[in-house]
Order: sequence, then structure tokens, then C-alpha cells
Amino acid sequence: MPSFEPVLLARIAKPNSAKLETYRADGGYKALEKALGMPPADVTNMVKDSVLRGRGGAGFPAGLKWTFLPKDHPGPIYLCVNADESEPGTFNNRILMELDPHQLIEGIAIACHAIKSEKAFLYLRYEYGRSYRVLDAAIKECYAAGLLGKNILGKEFNLDIVLHRGAAAYICGEETGLIESLEGKRAWPRIKPPFPAIEGLFRKPTIVNNVETLCCVTHILNRGSEWFKSIGVPPDPNNPRDMGSYGPKLYCISGHVNKPGCVELPLGVTARELIDEHAGGVWKGRKAKAVVPGGISMGFLSADELDTPLDFNGPGKAGCLGLGTAAVVVVDDQTSMVDVLYNCCRFMSHESCGQCTPCREGTAWMTKILERIRAGHGKMEDLDTLTEVAGSMGIIPGTTICGLSDGAAWPVKNAIKKFRGDFEEYIASGRRSVTSAQELMAGAH
Amino acid sequence: MPTAIINNQPLELKPGEQLNCIQAAQRIGYEIPSYCWHPALSVVASCRMCLVEVGDTKPDGTVVMQPKLVPGCQTPVKEGTVVIANSEKVKAAQKATLEYLLLNHPLDCPTCDQAGECFLQDYSYKYGRGYSRLQEPKNIKPDKDHIGANITLFTDRCIMCTRCVRFTREVSGTSELQVVSRGSAEQIDIFPGMPCDNKLAGNVVDLCPVGALCSKDFLYQQRVWWLKTTKSVCPNCSTGCSVDVDQNEDQLYRLTPRSNPISQGDFMCDEGRFGWKYIHSDERLTFPARRKNGEVRTRDWDDIIPSLQKALAKAVAKAPEKCAAVFSPWMTVEEAFMLAAYLRGLSPKVKLALGPVKTVGEDDTYPKDFYGKPIEPVKFTIRAEKAPNRRGVEMVLNHFGGSATTLGDLAADGAAGKLEAIYLVGGDPAGWLEPHQAAGLSKAALVILQDFLPSAISDRADFLLTGGSFAERDGSFVNYKGLAQEIGRAIRGPDGTRPDGRILWDLTGRKGLFNPAAIRKEMAEKIPAFAAFKQGALGEFGVLLNEHGAPEAHVVAKT
Repeated sequence: MPSFEPVLLARIAKPNSAKLETYRADGGYKALEKALGMPPADVTNMVKDSVLRGRGGAGFPAGLKWTFLPKDHPGPIYLCVNADESEPGTFNNRILMELDPHQLIEGIAIACHAIKSEKAFLYLRYEYGRSYRVLDAAIKECYAAGLLGKNILGKEFNLDIVLHRGAAAYICGEETGLIESLEGKRAWPRIKPPFPAIEGLFRKPTIVNNVETLCCVTHILNRGSEWFKSIGVPPDPNNPRDMGSYGPKLYCISGHVNKPGCVELPLGVTARELIDEHAGGVWKGRKAKAVVPGGISMGFLSADELDTPLDFNGPGKAGCLGLGTAAVVVVDDQTSMVDVLYNCCRFMSHESCGQCTPCREGTAWMTKILERIRAGHGKMEDLDTLTEVAGSMGIIPGTTICGLSDGAAWPVKNAIKKFRGDFEEYIASGRRSVTSAQELMAGAH
Repeated sequence: MPTAIINNQPLELKPGEQLNCIQAAQRIGYEIPSYCWHPALSVVASCRMCLVEVGDTKPDGTVVMQPKLVPGCQTPVKEGTVVIANSEKVKAAQKATLEYLLLNHPLDCPTCDQAGECFLQDYSYKYGRGYSRLQEPKNIKPDKDHIGANITLFTDRCIMCTRCVRFTREVSGTSELQVVSRGSAEQIDIFPGMPCDNKLAGNVVDLCPVGALCSKDFLYQQRVWWLKTTKSVCPNCSTGCSVDVDQNEDQLYRLTPRSNPISQGDFMCDEGRFGWKYIHSDERLTFPARRKNGEVRTRDWDDIIPSLQKALAKAVAKAPEKCAAVFSPWMTVEEAFMLAAYLRGLSPKVKLALGPVKTVGEDDTYPKDFYGKPIEPVKFTIRAEKAPNRRGVEMVLNHFGGSATTLGDLAADGAAGKLEAIYLVGGDPAGWLEPHQAAGLSKAALVILQDFLPSAISDRADFLLTGGSFAERDGSFVNYKGLAQEIGRAIRGPDGTRPDGRILWDLTGRKGLFNPAAIRKEMAEKIPAFAAFKQGALGEFGVLLNEHGAPEAHVVAKT
């Protein structure tokens, strides 16, 4: 593959990259100027033409989402920026916010112009203290420079950005959970319909976009939708529902690799390329046993599936839930999948909001079963129970409101299907990862 | 007429009607199990018990089913909607959901108050599996006795349907209850020091589909399968909430609201719910009496009724304009009619007056905001008028041309020696007679008292007729808006008491047993305002008198 010139991460290595002056020196806010010269519908169409798919995990086309807003709504219409980046293994938004916040703010402003919104809420994960300080400073800079507030850039465009710091819950990354949390309530995802585009924050039409998606918007305005479509993977002709995976993507690589980090590559790079060429290979000279394609809720690729292209279409073909956040976590061949899966389940059980019965009880049950297996009391039929429990929860069978339980069930389904031998061997050999009840308790949370 | 298909049966939808799948299935007599859905609360679709298969009929007649299961509570039924609630796929989902719900639920049914009327028991029996596959210890959460003065929370029995939380937010508006913690650790709780003590708090016990929220008053008093239920009306204010009276062996154990869309809706207030204890008071007047010069001559009903007839006839014959009767707003319309018709039959000059109608403060409406200010739209009203049937008794008295006199005036007449005979009907457990009034009234030559609790005059009455409380009588009450509802005789009163209807039936010389329906038919013929009584029976929800006919039957909401 020819070397790829980073777009989203182009400025992060520069000194003072978070400052407005350096951003403007690099041609910043030209895209906003250009957008403000266009009617909002044209901006939406441009983003729609680029087939920019949401970077938050679901991959829904951003431009299409914007068109779902009611026509000629008297307002207000709100934009919520989902910066509650909580999927384990994912840290690309953090880099964007800490090192190039103006790229995001410009994207927010362009999106708000396109959807005729005058108020954006940036919902930031609580743990990102540095991001908060950087964004706060950047937003203040923008107000001082007339890039936020009234009559931005001399045009009839007003925008306020509210920086809201969450209270550290995974579920706030679900778009309606985020909205409920912003409204000051418990972050219990809402039942749909109505979708947020019709009735969202404070019962007004609302668009929720991910940080990386909005950063891409800035560049689409700068360089055009054709440029965006020149990067990435065209639609699979055999799949009429695939609309292609275009554009640059930030891949986060972590786990058992020599050089973990975040790299920007065109969509469609394979897991093997990522590990070998961009992360310095699996650590300690070992081989990869399993690779998480995009955050733990997407499931696992086995060692045979490492050539799967990591675009919006690829992981699904390998039995995973999807690309997710493109956070690749590598598990080496010395690690037991029982322990890996236990960690996944423990996380999901801890983060389940507890609203829907199958997710509330199922995630905790699966964790309890794995705790027991890890304490050396596993039975072979536990694997069937796990599979059955995982099969009866989630949006996919229709038994929950939001996708968290799909994310909790998928790694279980994948791990037991693809690595059943690992589990059977673990149970049959009487191994245990915890040695005493105390440790079992200590490991619980 | 738009038609939907439920379980392969057509269901005709009335225009403008909004039904969800659960309600639509009720129409065809099929129960879709649910926990979190309640007709009077917002939809959260979180228990996932009501999952069904739903599809649409396309214009060409083909049916396209949605690939996933959807919650029936959240899915509207419209023209062409196809609902399948009994397929294998649906049953598998119900089975899985029930297994989840029971996973951490203690199996303490033998000591649980809800056992016998528990939706978790019922649905487990109908749809669940026979055993739990959980091999690990169950979650144990602390019980919370401090959650309210009248309610207690068995936290580990809770299935997190959040009905109680939504009730305090949406109906009482007081928002005491909330969910704390997350995932399988979550619990219902209150803010420290702010218990759930609003005037509607008892409803959360009824709303709880399992035995988590229990009434402290009823706790461990009875197994519910021993209870016999009688349909009745709460007498404590003029709202006239439809209630179920639960008793065993003539001991009342609880009142619960009976859903009635044309009366109060689905709920009742705690004043009514717990305000029946006077029924079993030790103070009850337990034997009738005929007195002469203050001395009891007999306590035999068979002597008292004929003697009273003679005494009344004598007094009316002597000076009809000096004879009067005071009617109580706690009487049923049948009792009022029998007494009024009888006395006016003796002489048209007998004075008929309505006794004191107690009011306390202003009508109290809910929901309220945090500061106690009422919010529109009103979902429940506790009325200031603390009597069940002022309106019905007034309607009877109006027909007979009840005079403008009052209890106070009559007491003054009595003190001035202008009373020959006075027939007093009490029945208000909060008291209805001032001592100075009693002194005046007791000067009448003939004092007749019909009551069930002692008052300032009960020791001085020449005839004491020991009646019953609302739970011991048959008849009907007319509420503030003219809705006539039947009250049913749930228990027998103490020995020596008789239901007031029976006393008056005998006094007025009717043959056979007291039959309130026959009285109602008689009233329908004689009093135009009661024309709606012509069927005799008033039906489950009662009859609106001002509409001259029974309102259209509503679907009975499941609670």
C-alpha cells in the first residue's frame, strides 16, 4: 500500500497544535468560511455525497442522518457531539480533542450550519480531564476571535458550544442515553421511535455525531466529497446494502503489541497489516491468538481471520458485530480466552444501565459463570448456557432497548464459537485463574 | 372500519382509538404478559416481557413481518397491523425473560405477602421454565423498611419495572422514589430522610407486580387466597373511588382501588385506603334499644320495629309539622328513598333535612411539583367533601321537597320545645353531632337514632337502631359528578346490628329480604332524576345519572 498522508492527524505533531493561531496558520476555519457561503442544504448534500459514515461505531451515514430532521422546523435544533469515548481500547477521539481541538470545533460549526442549529452540546467523557481543559481553552479562544457566538465570520450564523462533562458511564455513549444524561436524568437509553432527529434533546430535533465524524466533515468541506471517496473501499457489489467505506480512519491498536498507538489509515486496512506494519508486531515474538476488530463489544477475529479488511463491511463477514470504533486489541497466544472473555463480561456487566431485564440480568449472569469457571468450578454445559444467554439478549433478537447487550453478548458468542477448544481445555484441565475466594472477590470490580 | 389481526383473529378498531398490542390482545381475550407497562403510566418498554411479533399488511394484501421481536406495550396497533403473540419465537423470548427475572429473585413465596396475586408467580407458571440454571449465589440487597410510613421495600424481590418510580413522578408528582446504582446492583431507593409519604403513596404497593413493595398495614396479616373480595366504593370523600374490599371471616383486611375509568381511574388515596379502621372499633353500637324514660326496655329487633312504627304514627298524627328527619350524607340513596318515602307517607308535612356534610380544606389535586404546587393536567383528586353520598341524598330530598331546615335549626326547635319527633341518621365515623345540638334534639318527645358509632345522643335516644358501616351494607352512592355506584356487603356487622337498608326495609313494611335493586327500580319509576336506575343493577363501573343511561363499557385495565 502506498504511504498514506494523514489528514485528521496531520497537525498533531506540530508545536502548539491546539492553539487557534497555529490552526489558522495551517489554513484553519477556511472550511467553515466556505460552508457559510453555501446554503445549508448544499453542505448536507456534500456530506451525503461523500458517504461519510459515522465513526462512533454503528457506521450510519452522517449526511443521511442530517436529512432526517423535520423540514422547516421553527427550531431550536440541537447538535450533540458524542465525546463520551468509553469503548475499551478506543482513544482516537482523545487524541483529536487534546491535540487538534479546532479541527473538531470547525466541524461542529459546519455541521450546525448544515442542520440549522445554533447550539451544540459537547458531551465529554469525565475521565478526559486534559481534553476538557484543552477544549475549554479552545472554545474560549473561538469566542474571543468571533468564531463562536453571534454573527460568526460576519455571517448570519450564531453558535454556542456547551462543553458538558459526563459522570463516567459507558452507557452515556449511546445517543439517547447521552441525551437523557444531558437533560440531567439517569442515562437510560430511550425507546425508539421517536428517533432523536425528530424528538431528541429537550424534546427538540437533535443530531448526535461522533467527534471523529465531525472532524472528517471539516476536511470534506475543504477538499470535496470526491476527494473523500477517493480514499477507502468502494461498496461490495455483492452486498446491495453496503454503501462503501470511504475516507480516512483512526485505528487504535493496543494489547499485546510492541508499539501500541493510534494511526490514521484509509478504511479497509487488514488487521494483519495493522499489527505487523503499524504496531511493530505481536510482543515477545509471539503470535496473535485473537484480535478485537473494533472495541470489545464487536467480538473477536481468530488468527485465521487476520486478513479481514477493517472496513464497515469486513468484520461482519468474519462473524463479528461490525467495525465498531476500529479499536484493535491484540491477544497473544499465551493468554487464555477465558480470562479475556471474563474481562469483557465484567466490563459490560458493570456498565449495563440496568433498564432492560435481559441485559441487566444476563450480563451479570455471564460474568458469574465465568467467575466460577475461572475459580476452577466450570462445567462443559456452562459453555452452552453462556451461548444461550448470549443468544437471547440484545437488539438483534429484539430483547433490549439499546445495543449494549449486543455488545455484551457478541464477544461471548464469538469466543465460544471460535475458541471453544480453549474453554474446554481450561475446564477439563481444572485450571484456575483465581486461587482464593478473596481474589475472586477482589477481581469482581 | 379499520381492522387489525391479533393471533390470526380480526379485531375491529374504533376510529380515533389508540391501542397498543397488549390492549388490542385484551380485546380478543388474550393476555400478553407484561410487568413495566401500566395503562396510567408512561411506557418504558424495559421489562421485555411483552415481546411479540409484529407485521404490516401491505396494499397488495401481503403481510410483512418485522424480523425482530418488538415490545407490545410500545407498538401501536393500526389498520393492517398483524400481531402474533403466541408463536414459538415469542414463547422462547418470554421464557428467557422470566428466567432472567427470577435469576436473582428470592424464592421466598411462602413468606411473601404477594404470593397468590404475584405476576412473577403467575407468569412463571404459565410461561417460565421449572428450574433456574443459576448455580452461583443470588444477589442479596438490603430490605428497606424506612422507605415510607405505610410501605416497606423487600429490595431483592424487586424486578426493576420502575412502575413505582414512574407513579411518584407522573401521578403524585412527588418523586420520592428513584433507581440508584447500575446494572444488576440497581435498587429502588429514596433520598435519605425523604420517605415516600405522600397521600397517594399506598398505590405503589398495588402497582408493584411482585412482593417488593408491601403495605405495612397488611403485612403478614393474611394470605391473599383466604381473602374474599367485594366490589364497593370508598366512602371517605365525594370522589367515590371504586374499591375492592378484601375480608376474611368478617374481618376487613384491606381496601384496594378497583380500576374505573369513569370514576377515579386506577388509584386511591391513603386516607381511603387505611381509613376504614373504625369498622372494627370497640366503640361500635352493638345492640338496638327501645328506651322509656332513659331506661332500656328491650334490645329485641322484633319488638323495636313494630313499636317504632306505632310511635312514629302516633307522633305524626299528633303534630306532623313538629316531626322531622335528618338524613346523613353517608346513607345510600336506597336508604334515603325508603325513609323519605315512608315519612312523607305518614304525612306530607314531616320535615326532611340533610345533616352536616363535613368538608376539610380544599380539593387536593395531584400531581404536584416539588414544592407541593398542583400541576395540570390533574390525574387524581382527594375531595374536600368528606362524605360519599351528599349528592345522592340531596337528589332524593329534592324530589320529596326536603325543607330548608338544618340540624342546627332543628336542635334550636327542640330546645324551644317545638319538636314532637326527630329521626336522626348518623353514619359519619368522624362525628356529626355537637353536644349542644344533642341537648336540644333530645328534648323532642320521640328521639330515633340510626347510627353505628356512639354520639352525644346515642344514650338518650328513645329508639336506637344499630346500623352498619359501608362494608356491611348494600346500596349505592352518588359521587361528586353524579356517578352512581353500588357498594356491596362485604362483612357481617357485630351481633345485634343490622344493615341500615334492612332496618328501613322492615320499618317501611316491605315484605321479604332487603333488595336494593328493587328499590332502585322503584326509584327509577317515581323519580325522574333516577331514571337511569331502571335496570336495577348499576354494572361494574356505575351509572352516570345525568346522562340517563349507562356509559359505554370500557376495557378493564389490568393492574
